[in-house]
Amino acid sequence: MTETPAGALLSCRNLWKVFGPRPGWYFDTAGYRIDPEALAERLRREGHIPAVADASFDVQAGEIFVIMGLSGSGKSTLVRCLSRLLDVEHGSMSFEGVDLRAVSGRELTEIRRRKMGMVFQSFGLLPHLTALENVAFPLKLRGMARAAREARAQEMLELVELGGRAGALPSELSGGQQQRIGIARSLAPDPDLWFLDEPFSALDPLIRRQMQDEFLRLQRQLKKTIVFITHDIMEACRLADRIALMRGGRIIQIGTPAEILLSPADSYVAEFTADVALSRAIRLGDLAVTAVPGEAPAGPALNPRAPIETLLPEIAAGQKRFAVEAAPGQPALVLEAEAVLAVLRRDAGPDAGCESGPR
Amino acid sequence: MTGPHPVSAQNRIWAGLLALCLILTVLAHFCPWLRNFPAGLTLPLAEGLNLAVTPLFEAARPLGRIVAVLVETPLGLIRAGLAWAPWPAMVLAAMLIALRAVGRGFALFTGAGLLAVVGMGYWPKAMNTLALILISVPLAVVLGFALGVLAFYRPRLRPAVIAALDVMQTWPAFGYLIPLLLLFGFGPTAGLAASVVFSIPPMVRNTLVGLGDVPPAVVESALMAGARPGQLFWQARVPTALPQLLVGVNQTTMASLSMVIIIAIIGGFNDIGWEVLSAMRAAEMGRSLGAGLVIVLLAILLDRITRGLAERRDPRLPRSLSGRGLAFGFGAALLLALALSGQDLLPGDAGQRALRRLDGWLLEFVTWSAPFFAVLRNVITWGVMLPLRLGFSGSASPMVWGFALTPGVTLAYAGASAALALGLGWRRPGAGIALGFASLLFWTGLPNFPWIGVFAVIATATWRAGGAGLCLLALSGLGIAGVSGLWGAMMQSICLCAVAVLICFAAGGALGVAAAQSDRFSAVLRPVSDTLQTMPQFVFLIPALMLFRVGEFTALIAIVLYAIVPPIRYVEHGLRNVRADLVEAGRQMGTTPWQLLWQVKLPLARSSVRLGLNQTIMAALSMLVIAALVGTRELGQQVYVALSKADAGAGLVAGWIIACIALVADRMLRAPAGVQSE
Repeated sequence: MTETPAGALLSCRNLWKVFGPRPGWYFDTAGYRIDPEALAERLRREGHIPAVADASFDVQAGEIFVIMGLSGSGKSTLVRCLSRLLDVEHGSMSFEGVDLRAVSGRELTEIRRRKMGMVFQSFGLLPHLTALENVAFPLKLRGMARAAREARAQEMLELVELGGRAGALPSELSGGQQQRIGIARSLAPDPDLWFLDEPFSALDPLIRRQMQDEFLRLQRQLKKTIVFITHDIMEACRLADRIALMRGGRIIQIGTPAEILLSPADSYVAEFTADVALSRAIRLGDLAVTAVPGEAPAGPALNPRAPIETLLPEIAAGQKRFAVEAAPGQPALVLEAEAVLAVLRRDAGPDAGCESGPR
Repeated sequence: MTGPHPVSAQNRIWAGLLALCLILTVLAHFCPWLRNFPAGLTLPLAEGLNLAVTPLFEAARPLGRIVAVLVETPLGLIRAGLAWAPWPAMVLAAMLIALRAVGRGFALFTGAGLLAVVGMGYWPKAMNTLALILISVPLAVVLGFALGVLAFYRPRLRPAVIAALDVMQTWPAFGYLIPLLLLFGFGPTAGLAASVVFSIPPMVRNTLVGLGDVPPAVVESALMAGARPGQLFWQARVPTALPQLLVGVNQTTMASLSMVIIIAIIGGFNDIGWEVLSAMRAAEMGRSLGAGLVIVLLAILLDRITRGLAERRDPRLPRSLSGRGLAFGFGAALLLALALSGQDLLPGDAGQRALRRLDGWLLEFVTWSAPFFAVLRNVITWGVMLPLRLGFSGSASPMVWGFALTPGVTLAYAGASAALALGLGWRRPGAGIALGFASLLFWTGLPNFPWIGVFAVIATATWRAGGAGLCLLALSGLGIAGVSGLWGAMMQSICLCAVAVLICFAAGGALGVAAAQSDRFSAVLRPVSDTLQTMPQFVFLIPALMLFRVGEFTALIAIVLYAIVPPIRYVEHGLRNVRADLVEAGRQMGTTPWQLLWQVKLPLARSSVRLGLNQTIMAALSMLVIAALVGTRELGQQVYVALSKADAGAGLVAGWIIACIALVADRMLRAPAGVQSE
């Protein structure tokens, strides 16, 4: 059960991270099965904090995997365990088939220099270096020559549309600009796996929205494998291919945004997602079904990632069926207007449309 | 409510202590051993220490010699280099550095100041002092940085390191100078070692703070960028902490300068500190004033330049001078030096003659102003110092206050105090007890307060404020003072410091309040406090000695001059930083300006004021030993006498008692404000 499933770039099984006076003491039970609920309860009782309790999941290559939870749910700790900024007490992790817990310090440095990138909530830029030098920093650490690394860094700055501010110090840049530098820096070594720890949480709502668009644009271009941490359910729904929802150190549900919204695992998840407007979070691809051959509707195929609210004008105008773009080599997809309306009814709540009904 | 206020357990303890002290005071009239620490209980502590320390340091002498050679060789080279360099080239170089680090105006000031040094004939001596600093500062910076890094990476060592720093900063350097002389032999190394010991702590503290304040995201991002431990430290942590580290360099430089000048007391290096000292000993006011000015100038130059480098690291801030301009300028200075070398460019002794002439004018001024200063002196001596020193019982004689201490007067005093204390204590027990202690103290005078009472009061207060550790520290200090026969000297020290702190707080606090109310006054006061704070302690002796001659009052004035800045600073800072919404709320409720100050702003500024008090006491205690040079009768004098007799043990013991007082006072005033209040 510890080997990497096919297609998964990063996978972890039964990860535990515990803070407290003697965290290792509880995990020397090799061969016994750990009951997560009971152990977490016992840890709390005995003055420890199980920041990550029994986390298991696989991140597929090219996927945006969002880990979501409120503050204190353990999501930031989890991502630090995956990048080995923190050492876990128990469990297994593998990255590209390599056992991450077993690599030596030198190997880990090598992996970080070439295969992992990370973006931080508070940016983590070095205050004494210019934007260009900050972006070139990881390349400098691995000994790349000055001209080569500065050319690459300039290229990365162009990518985040800050090519003109190469000589600026972090203190002279706005929060949004600083985070673009952070993003450029994490992408400079061209990593396979990209960690983003609440990258947009410190920014103003308007800038946050812009940065999310920018992020989606970059991802369309670069197709990285991404682990994205956020506490914002709307952000998670906009960006994620799949979401892992955390509470008190445990992962309570993993699924696509539509799965989480439409069939929440428990009342906590349901309450958590209650305020999300489904018409914005559910995408065309979530509701589309394989078309009966020869019955595909006419018209251009629509982007499956677009939210269903974009169809409302056409539905109001009376259109009943829409063609949705399918993955290459897959059969054509079709979306029934009725499916969209069903979601909209659900969004309006159980009381909607009941004025005329008996009370 | 008209009944008595309920008495808390804490107040019961203090009331018990008051009763104990009262009984002891009365009994002390019949058995004098209750008053001062009995002579029969003394132990030959200093002699014992000498027996232990002297052979130890003598044994380590070969090692000390090696260190001395290692230090004195580069010192000799630097000194020879500075002596060779013709002054016009040096002045040009100094102006270039000032231009680069601070700006055009300051470069002009540097040039003018250094020309004055040349003119007064102090150039060679100033260069000798500079040579000492050029050795001691890098040593202190490197050692302090290393120690700070060690303490940062080994959190378990941190409490020990911080305790050591506290001791290093509070233990008077004269106290450990003798063992250093034993170790390194007679020469500049011993003085340099003392100066390094004294100036390491700010570097260590700033290193710890700087490294500790590096944001975790910076460290994590460097790790994720693939930094190895060495790269993480030198390329991420150190550059991020650099502004704080440079603040440490500035503070270390100033501490080093202060100490290098004081250490001149051991003589033999013909530097500017020695010049002040010998001029003061010869009672040549003009010369000591001139040499003092040179020290002040050196202090200002070093402070502004190191601070300028710390604040203007950003390479793209506009500067008066580019890097290329600087290189060009230094090249010119070097050419100038080569062209002029070998020629005697120093002016003759015209400057020195002028300073001698100044003596006469200063003497006239002193004679002319004597009546005014005599009034000041009398008011403070009769009004504050004598009552604290001798108490009512000691100073009430026809000669001093115009009436004798008859049984009637005693009874009246006792009755009045008892009535006041009880009356006040009816509603506010804490205030009543405090008044009781005050009137008892005023009766006996601080040095004659029964010693068992001192032990009991200090033990209780330190226990309540800082627990067993602090209590033990305080009792060890008192105990050592007692058994080594220094009880009287210690009480005199506390007395002198208490008077100085009282005056500083009354005057400095008032100035601080005024500065907080008026921006204009604050703008005038700030450069004055800045200058006072950069001046090496030694300099404060000069005007005090000039106006008041040798004596305890002169020492008091020197201490007050040195220690008056913290109350001004902290009171102003505290008042200005009271939350604006609370001030508005107070105004809205209809307070008068006076009520606003006393009932809103000052209570809210309490922690800042408390910190100011702490800093004032530290400054006063550190000045004690230096002020002893102009004649006192307390611990500082003991340290100084021990130094002149090369009595290592006595110096260490007296120094340790001063350090103890400082450490205890520091801990007491740093304890959270809530601990002592009811």
